[in-house]
Amino acid sequence: MTFHLFDRLRDTLRFLGLSVLLISGVSAQAQFRVEVAGVGLTQLPIAVASFRGQDAAPQKIAAIVQADLERSGQFRAVDAAGAALDELARPELTGWRQKGADSLVAGSVSRLADGRYDVRFRLWDVVRGQDLGGHSFAVTPSDLRLSAHRIADFIYEKLTGDKGVFSTRIAYVTKAASRYQLWVADADGENAQSALSSPEPIISPAWSPDGGRLAYVSFESRKPVVYTHDVGSGRRRLIANFRGSNSAPAWSPDGRTLAVTLSRDGGSQLYAIDSGGGEPRRLAQSSSIDTEPVYTPDGKYIYFVSDRGGAPQIYKMSSSGGSAERVTFTGSYNISPALSPDGRWLAYISRVSGAFKLQVMELAGGSVTGITETSADERPSFAPNGRLIIYATQLQGREALMTTTLDGKVKARLNGQNGDIREPDWGPFQKQLILKE
Amino acid sequence: MKRFLLTLGATLLIAGCGSTVPLDDVPVLDKAGTSVSQAGAEGGTVGNGGVTSVDLGKSAQPGATPTGPSVVYFDYDSFVIKPEFQSIIETHARFIKAGKTRKVVIEGHTDERGGREYNLALGQKRAEAVRNALGLLGVADGQVEAVSFGKEKPAVTGSDEAAMAKNRRAEISYR
Repeated sequence: MTFHLFDRLRDTLRFLGLSVLLISGVSAQAQFRVEVAGVGLTQLPIAVASFRGQDAAPQKIAAIVQADLERSGQFRAVDAAGAALDELARPELTGWRQKGADSLVAGSVSRLADGRYDVRFRLWDVVRGQDLGGHSFAVTPSDLRLSAHRIADFIYEKLTGDKGVFSTRIAYVTKAASRYQLWVADADGENAQSALSSPEPIISPAWSPDGGRLAYVSFESRKPVVYTHDVGSGRRRLIANFRGSNSAPAWSPDGRTLAVTLSRDGGSQLYAIDSGGGEPRRLAQSSSIDTEPVYTPDGKYIYFVSDRGGAPQIYKMSSSGGSAERVTFTGSYNISPALSPDGRWLAYISRVSGAFKLQVMELAGGSVTGITETSADERPSFAPNGRLIIYATQLQGREALMTTTLDGKVKARLNGQNGDIREPDWGPFQKQLILKE
Repeated sequence: MKRFLLTLGATLLIAGCGSTVPLDDVPVLDKAGTSVSQAGAEGGTVGNGGVTSVDLGKSAQPGATPTGPSVVYFDYDSFVIKPEFQSIIETHARFIKAGKTRKVVIEGHTDERGGREYNLALGQKRAEAVRNALGLLGVADGQVEAVSFGKEKPAVTGSDEAAMAKNRRAEISYR
């Protein structure tokens, strides 16, 4: 009842154009904060009933599913407390409709004899009274969170038509007690596994297009050097360790080439190197700083940062090199370009009145929108479905990771790590899970 | 030599699973572990792929240095070596020239404002400014490498101008 009233209050506040902070998730592990700002949001109201048997399982499946859906910005949770349902139940849909839910998820978790868990769920269209399908799958305890993310992906795709990104992985770097660690985590920041631990800084992690490797810059030999790193085996390969600094690795969409910034010939300049290593090919020649290359999804162009005009701006050139065309014109400091997977959007960081703020540009029309209220934003990266951006910023004096919708209306701070957390990169879609009906 | 180490490193990476791989001066433990089982390989099972952790241990220690200061400070957004730092550069130029086998690395740094990669490029410009100044004093180019740490290794913490002024620097470091 309290939750129901809170929903009403939230809707009223939203109608008035006010910001609200909501605390979602029932377990401490799944707890995160979603910030909703502004009017005109269309969100699908969905009820996620507690999965039967989840209290005896290591993960609260329903809470993870609900948190995923809310973080996407496209769903609003309807209180489902007290509902005793599973995937076999034939729910009384009129009641759920009265609660304001358009959709309902019910399921169960049960332990199998071999120690795995059997996770089952079903999605209902409450308005039409339709069964939208369900699945069951057997997972190890360590894959329970992933099964919850897969359920959220199923629901997201069924109800929005877009692929969900909840079962994808992100990489980020933490610094704690002068130790730097590169992590691979679930897209909600949880379930982090350390890929690399170093006494020297690690920056600029970048996922290979197949999601198997990370390229990054490590200062372990007391200078910036580019490595690729197979996250499954831990095997690392030196890609660029030339005289001077080696940095800013970016994968070509086919995974065969890395664009990098090298200073071996003086100044920071762009080169391409085979992703297995080899001799770099110079892409452009300037007397200025050229850095932060990123390929367009079709592989034809590279966006990059250059101060050739006197201040850092984003430029675009053919991925084989040649002349460049300026892309950003507003302000005197525009860096860290990221392209959406459909090639429609450019996210980048702009200095605005001394603050560093995430901007989103619609490339076709050139219109630019600042979408954050924070002042030290860094390194945006698009989710593989292009619906969310992850970025680093500072909150209450600490480094933090946030996700935001492209319009900036729904933001969430990622938990999962204490201390300073930075340099996010959102990985590609994983290979699809084969689910049993 | 560097190329040799690089090739050696790459060869070992290809050839040796689970072996300890020397990468420059830093011990790298290459813990090659179990391979990843990608999700979907088996019907009805889920696997997001394990992550094998690699631990790099401790940093290398610096070599012998001349006595006296070895840091050049810069103004905001500037790569110009101010006159008051010329004597530091001259002292180091003499020291480097006196030992033809000495290797020196100029490490450029920036304050905390702005992006990490762009700051890396800015720090590189500071390091190259000091390298060029040493070159003008007759130091052989092969003895000096200019690298950047960007904003990753501030000398002091803090966000006020006094702290940031101490972080906009190039350090002359002997290896």
